Amino acid sequence: MKKLVLFIPLILVMGMGVFLYKGLFLNPQQLDSALEGKPIPVFQLERLEDSSEIITNETLKGKVSLLNVWATWCPSCKYEHPYLMRFARQNTLPIYGINYRDERALAVRELNRQGDPYTKNIFDHDGRLGLDLGVYGAPESFLVDHNGIIRFRYAGPIDQRVWNETLLPMIKELQAAAKQEGAS
Amino acid sequence: MIKSIFKLMGAILLSLTVMSVYATPVDTYEFKSADNQKRALELAHSLRCPQCQNQNLIDSNSPVAQDLRLEVYQMVDAGKGDDEVIEFMTSRYGDFVLYKPRMEAKTYVLWLGPIGLLIFGLLIGFIFVRKQRITQVEEQEISAEEQKELDKLLNRDDE
Repeated sequence: MKKLVLFIPLILVMGMGVFLYKGLFLNPQQLDSALEGKPIPVFQLERLEDSSEIITNETLKGKVSLLNVWATWCPSCKYEHPYLMRFARQNTLPIYGINYRDERALAVRELNRQGDPYTKNIFDHDGRLGLDLGVYGAPESFLVDHNGIIRFRYAGPIDQRVWNETLLPMIKELQAAAKQEGAS
Repeated sequence: MIKSIFKLMGAILLSLTVMSVYATPVDTYEFKSADNQKRALELAHSLRCPQCQNQNLIDSNSPVAQDLRLEVYQMVDAGKGDDEVIEFMTSRYGDFVLYKPRMEAKTYVLWLGPIGLLIFGLLIGFIFVRKQRITQVEEQEISAEEQKELDKLLNRDDE
């Protein structure tokens, strides 16, 4: 018994070591989103391609969807773009773009030139929706369930690996849950 | 030659002092009152920029920090309390924006851990010191035979 007591400091130090060692491999860029589990913020914004069409948070309900924050000034968005095009062709789920702090003409031209993976584009010119979503850079993507609840946030460009390993399993799960509740 | 070096040094010194005065980004925001300004600046100083990680909202020049700074200023000017501003920030960017984490279930280890470790250390130290004192005080009993032998040895040393 007495011998065991002698090991307590060792155990404590080892415990702290494990704790700190784990911390070394956390990515400080990958913050937890405070919005996971909360509904999409209320908004009312113009569609990028057509200023007369108003998109609201209600528009996004009904289907599991992906919200993708992008801008023409963002180099990582250009890296991400071909992947988004591929996922859009696979027709897994609607991808909504949030054109974040951008110029309308520039953004439209970019989409015309490079292809448009988005079901609809929300024009967030002054970044207010981005602010409400807790966006701190582009690209960022949000997985939203059929009730309009944010289920997952991914900060950084999506590529094939992120899609296969992280997003797709969650999308399938959410879509199965949606089907059970009778939505599409 | 020396004169020009002095001039150059003077210029550098001057620019340094000017720079230190304007070290933080100056916003053109006009506060309704000096009190509001003081409170808003304090708040913005206490909130971390979510993008740059190691700067507060005032020190950072990133677009997000600028937006958030302005938001904090406007909220303060609109008469919102500190709690409301902090709630606004944490509901969007999480507890990360707080330099000083809140006391709640998941931060107990953070707040109480060091105190626990200190108490544990003091306890160990206390037990250790006590044990040593006890062993020092203990007297050794020597049998008559041993005493005889000891005397013999001591006497021999004296010779």
